[in-house]
Amino acid sequence: MRSAVRIAEEVRSGASTAVAELAGALEVVAARNEELHVFLYVDEEGALAAAERVDATVASGGDAGPLAGVPIAIKDNMCQRGVPTTCASKILEGWRPPYSATVIDRLLAAGAVPVGKTNLDEFAMGSSTENSAFGPTLNPLDTSRVPGGSSGGSAAAVAAGMTPLAIGSDTGGSIRQPASLCGIIGVKPTYGLVSRYGLVAFASSLDQIGPFATNVTDAATLLEVLAGHDPMDSTSLPEAAPSLVEHVRDGVAGQRIGVVRELIEGADDEVLESVTRALAALREAGATSVELSIPELRLGLSAYYLIAPAEASSNLARYDGVRYGLRVDADDVTAMNEATRTAGFGAEVKRRIMLGTYALSAGYYDAYYGQALKVRTQMIDAFARAYREVDLLLGATTPSVAFAFGEKTANPLTMYLSDVFTIPTNLAGEAAISVPFGTGEGGLPVGVQLLGPGRSEARLFAAARVLEIADGRP
Amino acid sequence: MTLEHGYEMVVGLEVHTELRTRSKMFCGCANAFGAEPNTNICPVCLGLPGSLPVLNVRAVELAMAIGVALHCVIAPSTFHRKNYFYPDMPKDYQISQYDLPINTGGYLDLPDASRVSIERAHLEEDTGKSTHLGGSGRLQGADRSLVDYNRSGVPLVEIVSGPDIRSSAQARAYAQELRGILIATGASDGRMEEGSMRIDANVSVRQANAPLGTRCEIKNLNSLRSLHRAIDYEAQRQVEMLERGEVVRQETRHWDENLGETSTMRTKEEAEDYRYFREPDLVDLAPDQAWQDRVRAALGAMPAERRRLLRERLQDPTDAQLDAVEVVIDLALEGLVNAAVDRGADVTLAIARAANEVAAGIEHVTNLTPGAFTETVLMEQRGDLSATQAKTVLGELLAGGGDPGVIAAARGFERLSSDSLEATVATLIEQFPDEWGRYRDGDDKLAQFFIGQVMKATNGQANGKSVVLALQARR
Repeated sequence: MRSAVRIAEEVRSGASTAVAELAGALEVVAARNEELHVFLYVDEEGALAAAERVDATVASGGDAGPLAGVPIAIKDNMCQRGVPTTCASKILEGWRPPYSATVIDRLLAAGAVPVGKTNLDEFAMGSSTENSAFGPTLNPLDTSRVPGGSSGGSAAAVAAGMTPLAIGSDTGGSIRQPASLCGIIGVKPTYGLVSRYGLVAFASSLDQIGPFATNVTDAATLLEVLAGHDPMDSTSLPEAAPSLVEHVRDGVAGQRIGVVRELIEGADDEVLESVTRALAALREAGATSVELSIPELRLGLSAYYLIAPAEASSNLARYDGVRYGLRVDADDVTAMNEATRTAGFGAEVKRRIMLGTYALSAGYYDAYYGQALKVRTQMIDAFARAYREVDLLLGATTPSVAFAFGEKTANPLTMYLSDVFTIPTNLAGEAAISVPFGTGEGGLPVGVQLLGPGRSEARLFAAARVLEIADGRP
Repeated sequence: MTLEHGYEMVVGLEVHTELRTRSKMFCGCANAFGAEPNTNICPVCLGLPGSLPVLNVRAVELAMAIGVALHCVIAPSTFHRKNYFYPDMPKDYQISQYDLPINTGGYLDLPDASRVSIERAHLEEDTGKSTHLGGSGRLQGADRSLVDYNRSGVPLVEIVSGPDIRSSAQARAYAQELRGILIATGASDGRMEEGSMRIDANVSVRQANAPLGTRCEIKNLNSLRSLHRAIDYEAQRQVEMLERGEVVRQETRHWDENLGETSTMRTKEEAEDYRYFREPDLVDLAPDQAWQDRVRAALGAMPAERRRLLRERLQDPTDAQLDAVEVVIDLALEGLVNAAVDRGADVTLAIARAANEVAAGIEHVTNLTPGAFTETVLMEQRGDLSATQAKTVLGELLAGGGDPGVIAAARGFERLSSDSLEATVATLIEQFPDEWGRYRDGDDKLAQFFIGQVMKATNGQANGKSVVLALQARR
């Protein structure tokens, strides 16, 4: 499959057309979507219109943009005007937002062609897409296994060759973990780098939209398009977006890499081996390394499972049957709210709403939510101390390669543990990238994770590019 | 004020005021009263999935202006979510301020020289408006509920007083003075009938100097009259309970204006747990000193200062004149009064015409220019217009503007010539010999009788003072 950058070049030069690229993408979707269940909705009409606009721009000699004619998959928790947005929940089934997320506007302005909406764990709560109300997505590399989650549909779209690019959202690892399980690049940008306007909120202080791609340059190109201040999002960073693509080839000479014990402990041997070999590759390219321990990271999972559900319990209150989405009628409005939410939400969403409501309740707030906030502050401080010693951190993305369906659904805690290495970055509001490096059981991909401080994306892409080359993808 | 059996009431008020911004608190929708339902709405104020709030800078400025006017400290503040389910609240949480409000620790001095402390004045968003059809008219048991989200996201400031108020009259004076301040700051139009100012009252009673009693919060006080009546009712209810040996329970009570009584809405045990937490979609609010200074500098005179200045123009004012001053301040009519006085009008006359005739037509006050008001008062003062004629001219000016001289001429309001006044008086003396005799013998009250008769004979063209002079000349 050609890279997104190559496709855009060909479309801009007239060697290809956006309509032809779209047709190619739709062909793969038609061939594999029924089996893999990647897309919840394919927007053929809207995509064709977008592609035709790109071709018209090219024909009239205009600048069709850095992603001219590149088909892209959108996680179905981002609003696109007139296109069904479900968050893989029955409670939003059939809802068509009257407005578009800022990222959708930016993609269209850059010439990208949104093909449709991809599957996810309901409201982005999960690590396997098994929590989708509409059934799971299969891992294109081994259909007996999960693609990871919650952005499993978007990761699978890229891994299956349906679209060269996709966007997902990462609240505790929901981009990096599926990227790792599907053998592609996944980026969790610095909090505030990409506007959240139009991203259906799960945990507002943690959610961040980011790219999936098959290679580092494509990922950097896509993030450059997505990033930038948005006056519609008060938490959007005020600074101008960093240039990324021009730094992809910067290398790692002189960079200090910290290998963090807490970001590898408990991982399978094959994952540990990948991290070790990745470190060797970075040193080979001129980086220095040091082993580090950041004990605070061990508290991340517990803090996350108080903070994220607390925010979710509030964010998901609006699905009450009054204004949009599902309504289950009952005798009075309170009974209607209850019946609607009982029927509309799946088990995991209900579990987290309950957990979050409890954590914020009078008499429990200080012991749970308040304590979690303190841990979060400690984690931010601990990362800051580490980044005084090193430029980047290295660890695993997830403890194992893609797991089988049903393997972790019996006990929610085992599922939560698959995000143990990714969660700290969200709590700290910092940046991280998952890069495929080597393979494990059954030839399945292993992802290693590079972490950096806020706005260190350029440095992360440069290091990821070194690993990409070392892993045999020049 | 002492209640029966030696009790005193302790009252604190929470006043919610809608801010007069052009757009809503977190989106660009118009902040306007009376539009067609659900026309001033967008994804943000409808709380659609994925939408995010962006704070309206003007709302912050008006909140600061209120803080400055109430002598508060403007502090770095944060926003919180107050979580509860209600159909007219589209996100099922309200964005409000909790432990760190924008304004803290101020006070308000009342015209009677008492001082009421202000604990805080914080920013929050308004909800939509529900109309319940069928059943009791409340949400539960209604056949149908209609929701208008035009009001959803309108900026509010909630002003919380300390428990310093000791009578319903003082509560009313506080609300009135606060209303004047809100209008003077430009923060609010003060229209209680449109719900732009809503009051909750915390009422308790105690024996003088005893520790504070258990309080009840009374909701739904939408006029000064309701406020006054509800506080008196509630204090009396609590006194009677205590006298019967019962215990006052902390609860929220609803004021029924028609029945004239309060009733339980929910007890403390039934109170909602709002699960407040920091609003993650907004950043902290910390207005810098320069911004605060700009707000402070832009602020005009507050009612207390304006009242002082106007009172200074009166020498030994009567109670009626002080009441008239209050009306002038309340309706912000001192611009008219000052314009007239500066051009030589009698201050008592100018205040009286403003507080009576202009106040009666206040909804059309924009038709009345200071120049036209001044001219009318001066014409009356010179005797070119009688009092009755001056009132008529003011009425016409308020109804449709214009020039007082032209209006007077069109109505035939010409000054009665002294010859014709003399002739009228002479005729009346002949017509009423008994009354004249009593007047001549020193009964001054009879002057009023003759003034009335002259007015009748001249269609109100005569000037009262001239009549008295003519009568005295013949005594």
